[in-house]
Amino acid sequence: MEKAKLKGWRDLHIGGIIVGGATSEAFHTGEWRVQRPVVELDKCINCLFCWVYCPDDAVIVEDGKMKGFDYDHCKGCGICAEECPPKVKCITMIMEEV
Amino acid sequence: MSAQVKRQMLALTGNETIALAMKQIHPDVVAAYPITPSTTVMEKFAEYVANGEVQTELVTVESEHSAMSACIGAATCGVRVMTATSSQGFALMWEMLYVAASLRLPLVMAVVNRALNSNLNIHCDHSDSMGGRDAGWIQLYSEDAQEVYDNLIQAVRIAEHPDVFLPVMVMSDGFYVSHSVFNVTPLSDEEVREFIGTQPRSPYNFLDISNPITVGPVDLPDYYMEHKRLQAEAYYHAKRVVKEIGEEFGKRFGRSYGYFETYGLEDAELVIVIAGTAAGTTRYVVEQLRREGRKVGMLKMRVFRPFPQEEICAALQNAKAVAVLDRSDSFGAFAGPMYTEIRSALYEASSKPKLINRIYGLGGRDLRLSMHMRFFHNLRHCWKVVAMLNATIIWA
Repeated sequence: MEKAKLKGWRDLHIGGIIVGGATSEAFHTGEWRVQRPVVELDKCINCLFCWVYCPDDAVIVEDGKMKGFDYDHCKGCGICAEECPPKVKCITMIMEEV
Repeated sequence: MSAQVKRQMLALTGNETIALAMKQIHPDVVAAYPITPSTTVMEKFAEYVANGEVQTELVTVESEHSAMSACIGAATCGVRVMTATSSQGFALMWEMLYVAASLRLPLVMAVVNRALNSNLNIHCDHSDSMGGRDAGWIQLYSEDAQEVYDNLIQAVRIAEHPDVFLPVMVMSDGFYVSHSVFNVTPLSDEEVREFIGTQPRSPYNFLDISNPITVGPVDLPDYYMEHKRLQAEAYYHAKRVVKEIGEEFGKRFGRSYGYFETYGLEDAELVIVIAGTAAGTTRYVVEQLRREGRKVGMLKMRVFRPFPQEEICAALQNAKAVAVLDRSDSFGAFAGPMYTEIRSALYEASSKPKLINRIYGLGGRDLRLSMHMRFFHNLRHCWKVVAMLNATIIWA
């Protein structure tokens, strides 16, 4: 986060609470990623195992079809690539460029 | 209005007095685990609950860590919460004491002071609460059952003041207060209700689903320090509020409270600073020595957090010698906890008194009258002894 955007202590909520719901969406945990999953959609059979197993809800599914990843929140754990069936293996983990 | 109310004097132990104050405060939730010497507080309060005299949700938890955790959970939902503990129980709460203060929850806890292990000792000293002095709680020390009672009633107001919203612990000496019978003049139920208000005030409500909040989230280096700075601000306000409420209590009920109580301090050359029950012994000694024409005095600490440094400095700077009596040591530190802060406060004084620290009464060792008298007699010369021994601390 840019330093200029930070609030001063007087503008913070008492007790350090966060006001509002679902605020974790604004926190981009994807920045922690070392490896990123990449999907080859033409090989994908839409079994959605990746969607089921993803601990961060970072697999985007529309109308029952795998569409890709939410890279703002994918931490790069690689569970999706691991769970993708052996005969399909359409997800590969590649190193993030530093 | 309150002056007309007829009050009854009762013979109560310190712990019965605490339980009575709790009954009148009528908290929504109490979570506690028994530990000597605070056990009979909860024993009596549980009786009130069982008899239907209070509608409090009494949570009997499996440890003091859980007790404080349950209190914190309840307080985040905006209800009035109280608990009581001592010694090892207080120590087991340690982690959660910081959480309660950082979340700015207006809890009130009765701490019945007792020594810490090892070796095992159930008797009074101030090691437990003094060890927790940096956790962020407001600390009020009491000399007798009446003061515990008055402090507890005021504690609710202090904790729930919108400029404060901090937890308050009210101390009393284990056994000396907790298990001794005192003359106590409680307020009427109506007076308590009027003074503290029936609607508890809280900084936020976790259960308000139309305004969702997150309590106690991760706080990284970009904001953690700002949150601590915001918390620090509350203690500046607390200092003012503690005084205001002590004065208001006095106006309404005839017993005023400040940061400390002084006895013969105005023209005193030799002063003893002390907290807790031993102030009674000290007052008697001052009285005796005053009769002999000695210019002696006492300063009894009531509010240790927030620490009233300017007021302490002003009150002590004209004395020639001051002995600060600590009922706990801060091992490896410069001296006992009260001494260290008072010496620090006097750094700003135009004329500085000679200072000595006396560690006394650990594990329930009595502060005997004869010893105390002798100590006071010798205080005039004590700094010579101090210089000779190259020490500022005496264990006696």
